[in-house]
Amino acid sequence: MTEPAREMSPQPETLMPEPTGTDRDWAKWLPTVRDTVIAVILALLVGAVLIILSDEQVIESLDALFSNPGSFFVYAGDVLRYSGEAVWDAYTALLRGAFGSGPAWERTLERSAPLICAGLGVALAFRAGLFNIGAQGQMLVAALAAGYVGFNYDLPPFIHLLAAIAAALVAGALWGGLVGLLKARSGAHEVITTIMLNQVGRFTVLFFLAREAFQRPGSDNLLSPIVDSDAQYPTIAGLHLGILVALLAAVAVWWLLVRSKLGFELRAVGANPDAARTAGMSVSKVYIAAMAIAGLLAGLAATMTVLGLRQGVTDQVVGSVGFDAITVALLGRATPFGTVLAGLLFGALSAGGLGMQTAAGVPPELIQVVQALIVLFVAAPALIRGLTRIRRRRAQAEAQEVAA
Amino acid sequence: MSAVIDAPAPAAGAPEPQVRDRADVRRQVKLVVVLAIVLAVEIWFKLNIDDPSVSHLLKGPRTKENLPVEFDGTLVSWTAVVVSAVALVLAILNRYPRGWVGILVSTLVGIGFYSAFLMWAYADPDGFAASITNPIPGTISLATPLVLGALAGVLCERAGVVNIAIEGQFIAGAFFGSVFSSFAVASIAAIPLFWCSIFGLLGGIVAGVGMAALLGVFALRYHVDQVVVGVVLVAFGYGITSFLLGQIPDDNEEMFNQPELLESVEIPGLSDIPYIGHALFGQNLLVYFMYVAAPLVWWLLFQTRWGLRVRSVGEHPKAADTVGINVNRVRWQAVLLGGVFAGLGGAVFTLDIGSFDKEMTAGTGFIALAAVIMGRWHPIMAALAAVLFGFLRTLENQLSILDEKVPGELLAALPYIATIIAVAGFAGRVRPPAADGQPYVKSD
Repeated sequence: MTEPAREMSPQPETLMPEPTGTDRDWAKWLPTVRDTVIAVILALLVGAVLIILSDEQVIESLDALFSNPGSFFVYAGDVLRYSGEAVWDAYTALLRGAFGSGPAWERTLERSAPLICAGLGVALAFRAGLFNIGAQGQMLVAALAAGYVGFNYDLPPFIHLLAAIAAALVAGALWGGLVGLLKARSGAHEVITTIMLNQVGRFTVLFFLAREAFQRPGSDNLLSPIVDSDAQYPTIAGLHLGILVALLAAVAVWWLLVRSKLGFELRAVGANPDAARTAGMSVSKVYIAAMAIAGLLAGLAATMTVLGLRQGVTDQVVGSVGFDAITVALLGRATPFGTVLAGLLFGALSAGGLGMQTAAGVPPELIQVVQALIVLFVAAPALIRGLTRIRRRRAQAEAQEVAA
Repeated sequence: MSAVIDAPAPAAGAPEPQVRDRADVRRQVKLVVVLAIVLAVEIWFKLNIDDPSVSHLLKGPRTKENLPVEFDGTLVSWTAVVVSAVALVLAILNRYPRGWVGILVSTLVGIGFYSAFLMWAYADPDGFAASITNPIPGTISLATPLVLGALAGVLCERAGVVNIAIEGQFIAGAFFGSVFSSFAVASIAAIPLFWCSIFGLLGGIVAGVGMAALLGVFALRYHVDQVVVGVVLVAFGYGITSFLLGQIPDDNEEMFNQPELLESVEIPGLSDIPYIGHALFGQNLLVYFMYVAAPLVWWLLFQTRWGLRVRSVGEHPKAADTVGINVNRVRWQAVLLGGVFAGLGGAVFTLDIGSFDKEMTAGTGFIALAAVIMGRWHPIMAALAAVLFGFLRTLENQLSILDEKVPGELLAALPYIATIIAVAGFAGRVRPPAADGQPYVKSD
């Protein structure tokens, strides 16, 4: 019965609702799903406008239209036709690129896996009230660690993989835990420390890549050797099993949040640190633990690229996953299941964006714009609806008073 | 009567026992430890110099008339050691000054350490003997966007609106500054070139205010979590500018992406001051604006009625509302004004350097945000923090040629490590404006 009270005052927390004791109330999530779908559609509409405005044929026909205003309808028809073609081509290429074939599905799942893991890390930190922008740095150092164990040592097959993953987890947990420690001991704002550590992480990676031990033989570039095949993720039909690991991680995070003592403390601290402290919980411990686990998850995400896609370690190896993970966590309302879905969606968009670029010539930055818009629209309508519900409820209450 | 009213007087000659609170003790311990380390490192620097002759080019870049001046670095090194030793002694005796004098002393120690480091780094060159160059031009140039961005952040956050989107405002300001300027050059024939770059500034302002308006709409009207809006606006800014950049046809570059750069305007008397004159007073308009901007924002926030309203809205919007202040309108004003500054800060990138490139701001907006927090949301302090960041980045550039002594990556990471140490060690628990980040909803 706390739902009505929560909706009465639109709080920023409506983006990240508190999980109730049981997550089996599926119906409770339907409005959220509906809002997300509407947001995706709206974002794709804005994307369509951008596609139209950037299509050569449309621009040419618009030119023709403006130079011959007399025969408006003739040229207007052209404009509409070309616009429709542009959008149709682009979006069918998007769908085909994400789901149209075996390799497309592979690409989607490959791109989703790190997004899910890193997104889980950011989401977990959100739950504790911490804004973790540091996934980028955490992933970089973890990638370095995993890569080093992968190409420098020689271990029996499965052990090698586990060792590399473990190295990544430890590196990420340390990088993240440092932020938590700083926040707990000195109150240092995690927004600053994570941004700074991102850059420090990048330079740390560059530093090590310049050392002999990390150089790829035969190349002077800052590129490390590819890891031993013993240390790579096993694959099925070309798709590495990172996606399974990501899903398992999501289950683990869910269990941690909903069924464990630490998870309860984490949520309590996130809701109200002062109340949690009064209740006897150690806020410091929660901050450190939350950031360490977030870093650990980011490290897991890093293994997907280094140990899954068989690439060498560079300072660009994790791409923009660290930043995208933030939007994934926001879209997923900071819940494990939501993050998985959001990660899959963004992975599909990313893979589809590649297809859109090759097949329809649409620049990949459009996908970034669409992703940003999705998150924005997701956050806004939910509150518009909340506001209208307040007005309606207040009107109802007043009507009742008058009637009484 | 007097015995009842008067407090018991201390015994003549015996001083009251001083009770020091833990924070005071901790401060002293931190100071002693840091100063001891500084002193030890400076002595190590001095002892590690074999041949103390270095050369400097502080007057300006190397030309036929301006050759490197050789000098003996020993005096500088020992002076730095003496300064640090004095400061250490003060700290041990718990006499380290507080307030502005304390900041001055700390700055002197800092300058001393910097000089000692330079003496060590530039002595005993392995190959080419580099000269110590003047850090001021680079600092000014790198600090300008940081200061403007930090001021934008201060304005927004003092009104209670968290502004993570400074980076997005920068990238938009950079792009549209370039576009407006190029467009003016290519299309408007009658305007002298100088005004084309001013037109570019207008583009930057439009872009900054536009992004600020988006921030305002979603944060103030739709009550979206302001941190979310900030992150989204940064992603959106990156995406839309890269996208639009890609839309510029290659043969039409000069219409859209060849901006007329801002000219340098020398201020007659001041720019002749030796060593620093040209660097400080031979710059372009945006730099001069930066000089004025920080005191301007300070004056606006602390000496005008509008500023009082802004601050009250950021600390206790409910009380402000009771007094009759329209909370959201004041917040809108602060956010949009902040957008002007941030947009100009972004324009620096293209109107000072050249054409727009994808993601060219490279995280500078976030550094500006860090400057805001380091400056504890005070315009002058935030501006100084921004200048410090600019200085550290210039240092990194200058010292990148000395790769054998100091690894380049360590230097590059130095500003960031320094920030972490500053925020964790000395800024302490910073207190943002009390209502920062909370949307205000009128309720009765």
